Amino acid sequence: MTEMRTVFAETASALLDEDPLAAVVLAEISVDMFGKALARHPERVLNVGIREQLMVSVGGGLALAGMRPIVHTYAPFLVERAYEQVKLDLAHQGVHAVLVSIGASYDGARSGRTHQAPEDVVLMDSVPGFSVVVPGHPAEVEALLRGAMGALDDGSTYMRLSTEVNREARPVSASLQVIRSGRRAVVVAVGPMLSPVLEAVADLDVTVAYATTVRPFDAVGLRSLEAGSGAVVLVEPYLAGTSSHVVASALTSRPHRLLSLGVPRGELRRYGTPCDHAVAHGLDAAGIRRSVTGFLGWTS
Amino acid sequence: MRSYAELPGLMTRMTGDEKHGPSATSTLDVLWVLYDRVLRVSPDTVDDPGRDRFLLSKGHGPAAYYAVLAAKEFIPESWLAGFGSAGSRLGYHPDRSLVPGVEIASGSLGHGLPIGVGVAHGLLARGLSEARVYVLVGDAELDEGSNSEAIVYAGAAGLPNLTVVAVDNQSSTYGWGPGGIEAHFAVGGWSTVRVSGRDHEALASAFRVTAAGAASAGPQLVVATVEKEIEA
Repeated sequence: MTEMRTVFAETASALLDEDPLAAVVLAEISVDMFGKALARHPERVLNVGIREQLMVSVGGGLALAGMRPIVHTYAPFLVERAYEQVKLDLAHQGVHAVLVSIGASYDGARSGRTHQAPEDVVLMDSVPGFSVVVPGHPAEVEALLRGAMGALDDGSTYMRLSTEVNREARPVSASLQVIRSGRRAVVVAVGPMLSPVLEAVADLDVTVAYATTVRPFDAVGLRSLEAGSGAVVLVEPYLAGTSSHVVASALTSRPHRLLSLGVPRGELRRYGTPCDHAVAHGLDAAGIRRSVTGFLGWTS
Repeated sequence: MRSYAELPGLMTRMTGDEKHGPSATSTLDVLWVLYDRVLRVSPDTVDDPGRDRFLLSKGHGPAAYYAVLAAKEFIPESWLAGFGSAGSRLGYHPDRSLVPGVEIASGSLGHGLPIGVGVAHGLLARGLSEARVYVLVGDAELDEGSNSEAIVYAGAAGLPNLTVVAVDNQSSTYGWGPGGIEAHFAVGGWSTVRVSGRDHEALASAFRVTAAGAASAGPQLVVATVEKEIEA
């Protein structure tokens, strides 16, 4: 399967051909994937070296000059290292960009903590004016990236790519998509969590809704799906509880219970594979099933 | 339009302090020369894609900046009196979303030059090669490592439309060594010149030279020396 990152580079390269104001700013990561684009558009494909602060600031400066920048590197360096640049050089300036990360949560399990940033969406959620999109399959990346570029006049987007992917792609939508219906709870699966969620709840009487756009969160959709059970389970591939507050806001007027699954706050000082980390975090199908059945059992 | 001699009076309207001589702020003369003689931007062209850009990176102590903007009629003089109040557009750090003619919101140090690199790239990509980007930094502001990223990169990229003016009031605790600030830029491929930050002719001449020589010479640094450790 073609990786999300490859689809991203191909789509961004096509956008450079189509839109004379599109630009890509890189900090060494993925430069080899933009070779042809760089040859065709040397003035709009910029590699600033291993300088992530500069990368984001250059994105802000390009936007101030009327360009439409895509800024891309590994998640911890894009979001955490350059956080003040995101806050000030994009949001505070009132200009927009599309930030695209790779290395989601524990994609880099073997690389250790330095290359992991499950806190990325919490941080981006705190920056005004950013949408957050989390594709669950490589085939969803092109539509989401094109959508983010098309929405640049209205705001910025953080797009979070992962090597963890669902078994099949879904049509891309800003709304929650109902994958299956049930009565005892609504389980919201974000991005690549859909496949493990579907396996985990295969024989449970629950609704499963799929989200690729988590900011803005589809509060209206959640209210319509919740429909009386009062039980909501969030399954997110990043820090547990990242979207708890938007679910709480969506259901302010109703009695409800919420189970928030995701990457826990403690540091897992262990290498291995992404699968090893999913198991350790209870985010594999068996772990999700344990949590959901516990939650539903407590209900009845 | 107000004259240079009237700037202290405009600053007094912000601060209520009667003691403002021209030397009361390190940046006043540089700002005046830029807006009076160098920048190709006016109140009518603040949204013109081809305008010169002035980025005040060192956003502290912006009274001189606001005074010059008022003197050149980018903002009404009536705004000055409310400086820093809840109803004012003029805060202790400038916000481009609130003040016409202000190109960047600044305050946190070390952001203007990296942003300016992006603006310079953007202007070139749009074919607006006549427009120049001028970034004002302070010598102590250059402590921030983000500037080092931008200095090395802009030199290597050879950006021909970027001028940095570093107002040097020797306020960096550890200084810049025997070669001064300019040594750190020169090693990255910048053209550099040092002039008095109070000498209007010398400043104007330095800016003219940087603009004229730019196409072949890559990015340009003008170090403007002023008295040590006066008000930011």
